[in-house]
Amino acid sequence: MITVGIPRALFYYYYFPLWKDFFQNLGVKVVLSSPTNKNIVNNGVAMAVDEACLPVKLYYGHVLDLADKVDAIFLPRLVSTAHKEFICPKFMGLPDMIKSSGIKLPELIEVNIDLSRNKRAMRKAALEMGKHITGNTIRILKAWNLAVISQRQFEHIQRSGGQLTPQALELWTEETGNATLGMQQEIPKVALLGHGYNLYDRYVSMDIIHKLQKMGAEVITAENVPDSIIEEEAARLPKRMFWTLGKRQIGAAFHFLKRPDVKGLIHIASFGCGPDSLVGELIERHMRRAKTMPFLFLTIDEHTGQAGIVTRLEAFWDMIEWRNAQCQ
Amino acid sequence: MPVTVPHMGNLAIPLKAMLEYVGLEVVLPPPCTKRTLSLGTQNSPEFACLPLKINLGNYIEARELGADTILMAGGLGPCRFGYYAQIQREILQDLGIDMKMVVLEPPDASIKDFLDDIRILANGQSWLTIIKAIQLAWYKAKAIDMVDIKLEETRPRQNHWSDADKIFDRFLRQVDQLNEKTDIYRAAERAVDEMSALPQDWHYEPIKIAIVGEIYTVLENFVNLGLEKHLGRMGVEAKRSIYLSEWINDHIFKGVLPLKSNKTLRKLASPYLNYFVGGHGWETVGSAVEAARDGADGVIQVAPLTCMPEIVAQAILPEISKDRNIPIMTLYVDEQTGEAGLVTRLEAFVDMIRRRKFIQEVSSK
Ligand code: SF4
Ligand code: SF4
Repeated sequence: MITVGIPRALFYYYYFPLWKDFFQNLGVKVVLSSPTNKNIVNNGVAMAVDEACLPVKLYYGHVLDLADKVDAIFLPRLVSTAHKEFICPKFMGLPDMIKSSGIKLPELIEVNIDLSRNKRAMRKAALEMGKHITGNTIRILKAWNLAVISQRQFEHIQRSGGQLTPQALELWTEETGNATLGMQQEIPKVALLGHGYNLYDRYVSMDIIHKLQKMGAEVITAENVPDSIIEEEAARLPKRMFWTLGKRQIGAAFHFLKRPDVKGLIHIASFGCGPDSLVGELIERHMRRAKTMPFLFLTIDEHTGQAGIVTRLEAFWDMIEWRNAQCQ
Repeated sequence: MPVTVPHMGNLAIPLKAMLEYVGLEVVLPPPCTKRTLSLGTQNSPEFACLPLKINLGNYIEARELGADTILMAGGLGPCRFGYYAQIQREILQDLGIDMKMVVLEPPDASIKDFLDDIRILANGQSWLTIIKAIQLAWYKAKAIDMVDIKLEETRPRQNHWSDADKIFDRFLRQVDQLNEKTDIYRAAERAVDEMSALPQDWHYEPIKIAIVGEIYTVLENFVNLGLEKHLGRMGVEAKRSIYLSEWINDHIFKGVLPLKSNKTLRKLASPYLNYFVGGHGWETVGSAVEAARDGADGVIQVAPLTCMPEIVAQAILPEISKDRNIPIMTLYVDEQTGEAGLVTRLEAFVDMIRRRKFIQEVSSK
């Protein structure tokens, strides 16, 4: 049986169930790279250009981690996952960046995923991915359709089930230890905004979710907001937001601003992130104008230290508790 | 309603001519200075890319001169440029600066959409007037490029290092005032002749360096800190990957004119990158290949710090450098970049190329 490696980075946090089940349904063994660790960070930082953002550097590290362990690596070019939207220019060049990196790569399963103009492009992309495994079109499409059901389930658990992404992912990784506490209605919620590959990578985020939970907060993220609400709220912008992740963050921020159970908002961005330099600005301006809850903006890169983050989180949480006490 | 446009190299000259021809009052921002930069950076998001900040500085300074309407281009992603106008509008709003922003969202397919936009701004001027206005802008852009190319050739060869630049600056002031095709081209020819007549070393064979990268940084001398001038003074012939008229053809005329266009560059890039990555990243890769093919001795990539498409290109350029045996250097600029540091890096790069060339020549004999 051949093995296909999937880097535990970037859109792993959004699409792993889909990819995993698709390959597995085709009889392939899926291997994930190790959870982000010091080695992966160091390798990524050493191989990528200095100016790249941390998530992109980590991607290099995760690819290297897989390179000599698997028969093939899944290296999609994720241009767009929704009509007239994009992820980020860096995602559009990622496969070429990796191929220029000098890493000794096994076979690559490459595919362009661009749904910006045409939704049905997905079917074509699936066939292209499957071609690496089998020539049987029907088998590929069947594997794909089943995987799509998995993916829907994964999203449903988060949107309506209130589960955080790491918890939902455990159903597919069969790993434990990432589990976060379930949602409880009474405790004050802190909304965490940011790209999934920052928030849910425990190493990168310095385990911010657990840290907040230990302080006594309930964590809620943009992934826990149903798509229809995101669309409706983001539509309040005078110009359509063309970044998929940016749209989700803005939509969620507008939504959280209205929710009495959300007591504070934290936005985490990669240092040097292009889209977030503007999306974050919009969120911050709206938060400042509304003046209804504490807001914390954190940027992270490979040099960010635990201590600084902890101090700022604690101050932020104290502020929330103090405000709560005032209200009661 | 006095209209203003942000600066990008000499683009404001043809743009102003076009807008005035259709009857609009135009108030250009003063040329970019340290003040523009600090007004822009103080009020912009810290991590935004530099063009957004300088645009903003331009608007504030144009407002001081009486402009009340901003004409700006839009975009549909994937890069930040498509959201510039929205962010800038929010910033101006919070600053209490009341300016109307007219955003030309990219013509989906054709030059006709662009013309329609201009017609709306121009309050129902006749088509003939509008076409003539565009022609006028086009003549000016072509004339500027003609002299600009001569300037690039003359700089490394002239005996007194600022002579040719003086002629160029005078020509720019002239061309801004002229409104007849023949006058415009005559002024350009005169400027070219004057440069040819400058005392210079005709036998000198300068090393050639191609300037590639993000378009705004390539074209705007203020943000690239006079990169081309510095190279010229070091006796290097700098050659930009793109000129004003080519940019106008690609972005406004959608490549209908038979000029070198981004299609050519994209084809050249294809062994290394064959996908659009936003902004100018794809063309940057193609331009580097083109430079190697055309015998340049080195390539300099310039871009604003954190520029996403250029980071993609930067990650790919070493591959080209290795394959085609050509040195490539990347320069990022932001509000903190100093001219002295830039010059030091340029000198080191140029020295390295000279040494390389010398060794190659000696060993081939
Ligand atoms: S969206 Fe931001 S963090 Fe993500 S890859 Fe692009 S620049 Fe990096
Ligand atoms: S191309 Fe570069 S400078 Fe232009 S908007 Fe994109 S990131 Fe900013």
